[in-house]
Amino acid sequence: MSELLEVHDLTVHFATEDGLVEAVDNVSFSVRPGEILGVVGESGSGKSVTAHALLRLIRPPGRIVRGEIRFEGADLLALPEARMGAVRGARIALVFQSPRTALNPVLTVGRQIARLYELHQHVAPAEAWRRTIEMLTLVGIAEPERRARQYAHQLSGGMCQRVMIAMAIASSPRLLIADEPTTGLDVSIAAQILDLLRALGRRTGASIVLITHDLGVVAEACDRVAVMHAGQLVEIADVHTLFKRPLHPYTQALVRSIPRIDREVAMEPIPGAVPSLLAPAPGCRYADRCARVLEVCRRERPVLRAAGASHEVACHAVEVESGTAVR
Amino acid sequence: MGFGRYVLHRLLLVVPTLFGVTLISFTLVYVLPGNPALVKAGSLATPEHVAAIERQMGLDRPVHVQYWRYLTGLLRADLGESSSTGRPVLEDFRQRVPATLELTLASLLVAAAIGIPLGVLSAVHRDTALDHASRLVGVGGVAMPSFWTGLLLLYVFFYLLGVAPPPLGRIAADVVPPTRLTGLYVIDAAVTGHGTALLSALHHLMLPALTLGFAVMAPLTRMVRATMLEILESDYVKAAWAAGLPRRRVIYGDALRNALIPVITLLGVIFGFLMAGNVVVEMVFAWPGLGHYAVTSLVTKDAGPIQSFVLFVAVMYVLVNLSVDLLYGLADPRIRLR
Amino acid sequence: MPWRRLARNRLSFAALGAILVVTVAALLAPWLAPYDPDEPDAAVALASVSVRHPLGTDLYGRDQLSRLIHAGRVDLLVALSATAIALTLGATLGAAAGYRGGWVDHLVMRGVDAVMAFPAFILALAITAALGNSTANVVAAIALTHVPIYTRLIRGEMLKARETEYAEAARTVGNRPHQIVLYHLFPNCVPPLIVQATLAMGFAILTVAALSFIGLGIQPPQSEWGQMTAEGAGYVVSGEWWLVLFPGFAIMLTVLAFNLVGDTLRDLLDPRMRGVR
Repeated sequence: MSELLEVHDLTVHFATEDGLVEAVDNVSFSVRPGEILGVVGESGSGKSVTAHALLRLIRPPGRIVRGEIRFEGADLLALPEARMGAVRGARIALVFQSPRTALNPVLTVGRQIARLYELHQHVAPAEAWRRTIEMLTLVGIAEPERRARQYAHQLSGGMCQRVMIAMAIASSPRLLIADEPTTGLDVSIAAQILDLLRALGRRTGASIVLITHDLGVVAEACDRVAVMHAGQLVEIADVHTLFKRPLHPYTQALVRSIPRIDREVAMEPIPGAVPSLLAPAPGCRYADRCARVLEVCRRERPVLRAAGASHEVACHAVEVESGTAVR
Repeated sequence: MGFGRYVLHRLLLVVPTLFGVTLISFTLVYVLPGNPALVKAGSLATPEHVAAIERQMGLDRPVHVQYWRYLTGLLRADLGESSSTGRPVLEDFRQRVPATLELTLASLLVAAAIGIPLGVLSAVHRDTALDHASRLVGVGGVAMPSFWTGLLLLYVFFYLLGVAPPPLGRIAADVVPPTRLTGLYVIDAAVTGHGTALLSALHHLMLPALTLGFAVMAPLTRMVRATMLEILESDYVKAAWAAGLPRRRVIYGDALRNALIPVITLLGVIFGFLMAGNVVVEMVFAWPGLGHYAVTSLVTKDAGPIQSFVLFVAVMYVLVNLSVDLLYGLADPRIRLR
Repeated sequence: MPWRRLARNRLSFAALGAILVVTVAALLAPWLAPYDPDEPDAAVALASVSVRHPLGTDLYGRDQLSRLIHAGRVDLLVALSATAIALTLGATLGAAAGYRGGWVDHLVMRGVDAVMAFPAFILALAITAALGNSTANVVAAIALTHVPIYTRLIRGEMLKARETEYAEAARTVGNRPHQIVLYHLFPNCVPPLIVQATLAMGFAILTVAALSFIGLGIQPPQSEWGQMTAEGAGYVVSGEWWLVLFPGFAIMLTVLAFNLVGDTLRDLLDPRMRGVR
C-alpha cells in the first residue's frame, strides 16, 4: 500500500535571541490515502510547527534543518520554491488555528475564496464567484450570497471556521491539514465542524491530518493517531489500539486523564511541564516527567520501533520490557 | 447604522475643539504686550487720538466683550489689518497661501514617494543593509533640525555643485510667473504650457521640498516599517501564502494594502509637522508663504498676521485630523460596517 | 532584568555617553571653553577650522567652539526646565483628572484637547510671540505645549490603577485620597513618565533651536545652537560652512542621544509600550 505522505526525520530549529529552540526533533510518520490521522499533544509539542513545515511555511528565524517529506512521489523539501506554489492550497491545504485571525480583515470572505479558484483552477472571476457560493453552501453556511460579501468581523467563530475550510478545499487537495479546528468553538459547533471535515474527506477521498490537544476529538474522528511530546513523536497507532493499549508512558498518562464522554473536554495536567525546547537535553524529552525513566533515556533519543500491527513506539522502557531492546 | 454615528460623533467633537482654539488664540493676543492702538495711530499721535482709536477698536471694553467681537469678526472673515503691509490680513493670506500650499504638497509627495517604499522594503528585507540604512534615516531624520538640513542642502547643491538656485523665492527673477489659476506655479505653468516658468518653478521648489519632505519622512517610514512587520507576521498573511498565493503577491498585495490603512491616521500628525516645518523652511529659502509672513511680521510686532496664522494653522489641523478620521473609517471595513 | 540585552545595546550606551559628555561640557563651560565666547578678534574674522580655532570663527572673530559649549548650557537648561515644569504640571492635572473623574476630568480633558489642536511648535511660537522674547518665556511656551502629553499619560494610568484591588484596599484601610494617589498609585506611573520625559527632552531642544533660529526666544549676545545657526545661515551661500555645520550637528547629536536612550528605556521599563523594533 503506498502512502500519500511520508515524513522522515523532520527537524525544525528556531534561532531566537535567547538561543536555539529545537521545536521539532526527528519526527517521522506517514499518512495513508483517505485516512484521518490525528496528531495530538500539549501546546508547545511542535504539532503546528510540523504542519507548517509540511508546506514549507517555516521562515527565518526558523529553519528546516533536515528531513524528507515524500508526497506524490517527490520530496517536497528538495523542490524549488517556485514549484511549491502549485502544491500549497492545491495539493496540500492547511486550515489555520483561530479562524478569525487567519482571514484578511479588509477583504470580503467571498473574495478570499474566489481568488483561489482563479489562481488554482484558472477560471474567470465570474465563474470563480459562482463556485465560491457553491462551496459556501457545501460547508454549511446559510445565505451564502449575502455572507460572501461580508467581512471576517461580521461572521461568528463557527462561520469563520467554515469559511477557512471552504478556502482549504476549494481546489480539492489530496491532503488537508486541520490545525486545532475545534478549539475555541462551543461543543455543538465543534461537533458540526468535525462532521463536516469527515464528510468532506469521504466525499473527495482526501486524507486529513487533524491536529488537536483534545483526545475526545481524536477518539471520535480519527483512524490513526500520532502522539507528540516536546517536539518528538513518541507513539503512533490506530485509534482503538491507542486508547486500549497505549504503550508509551506519556500516552498512558494522557489516556488516563480523559474525562467521560458526556462531560466537557478538559485534560487533567500531567506531572511536570513540557521541558523547554531551548537547547534541550539529549535523549528522550519525557525523561523528567516519566515514572519509568531509565538511565539510557537521558543519553539517547529513543527511535520509533514497531510494537504490533500498525503500532510504533519510541521508548527505551518499552523496548526493554518487551525484550526488543538492541542491547 | 454604526458608521453614521461614528461620523456624527467625530463632527460633534470638532465644535468644542474649534471653540477652544479660538479661545486660546484670542488669549494669546490679549496677552500680547504693547498697545495695538498705539501701533496703528503711529508714534506721533496724541494721547487723545490713541484713546479714540482704542475706543474704535473696542480695546476699552471688558474681556468677554472683546472676545465676542473677535469671534464674530472671525465669522465675517475679518482678520484685522496688517500694520506693516497696511492691507487686510485676509488679503495677504490669499496671496500667500498658494506658496505654502505648493511647498506643503511637494514635500508630502517627496516624503511619501521615498518614505513609504523605504518602509515597506525595510520590513520585507528585515535586518539587511537596506533595513539598517532606513532605520538610520528614521532615527536620524527625527533628530535633524529642518533648518540645518536645508542649509546643508543649500551648501552642497548651490554653493558646491551649482545645481540649485539661490534661495531667493519661488521662481527666477527674470522669469515671468505663470498666469494665476490655482496660484501653484508648477500646476499653472504646466496647464498654460509655459515651459520656462515650469522649469524655473520646479528648480526653485526642489531644495525646499526636499528639506521639508525629509523632515516628515522619518515618522512615516518608521510607521510603515512597524506596521508592515506586524502584518507580515500575522496569521492571514501566512494563510494566504499557505493557500498557494505567491509570496510576492501576498507581500505587495495583501500585506501592503492592509498596512497602508493605519498609515492614513499618521497623515494628520504629519500635517502638523509640515505646518511647523513650513515656518522654518520658508525662512531658510525666503519662500513667500504664510510662515514667512508670520515670522517677518513678528519682527515689527504686528499682531494681526501672527494671530491669524496661528488660528489658520490650528483650524486646518483640526479639519485635516477630522478628514483623516473619516477617511480611515471609510477605508477600514471593521469601522465602516460595525 | 535582561542585562545581556542591555549590554548588547552598545548604541544606547554610546548615546548615554553622549548625553553625559554634553551635560558635563555644559556644566563646566566656563572652564572648558578655550576662549571667552563673547570676545571678538577682528584679525581672525570668518576663519575656517584651524588648530587655534577648531570650529572656526564668525564675523566678529569669536571662537565658535567656545560659543558652542556655552550655547549648550542654554539649550540643555531650557529643555530641562521646560520638561520639569511640564511634567509636574501635567502629572498633577492628569492625576486630578484621572482620580477625581467627573467635571474635573471633563474640564482638564477639554483643555488638553484645545492645546493639542495646535501643532506644538506653532503654539510655542504663538506663546513666545505673545509673551515676549526672553529665555523664561521660551521655557514657559515649551512647557505649556508639553503639558498635555503628561496629563494624558498620568490620567490613563490613574484610570487603570483606580479600579485595581490595590487601590480598593488602600481606600478601605482609610487612606485619604491624596495619600492613595501619591504613595500607592503613582509609583506605577514612574516608568512611562521617565520614558516620555527623556523623549520630550529631544523635542524641547529642537523647539528652542527652531524658535531661536527664526528670531524668537534666545536673543544675542546669548548664544544658543539654533541662534548660532541663524547667524551662520547667511554665509552658507558664500561658502562659510563651519558656522552652520557645527551648531546644527550639536543639536542633532544631542537630540539623537536623548531619543535613543528614551527608546531603550521604553524597551526595558515598559514592555507593553514596546512596538516592533
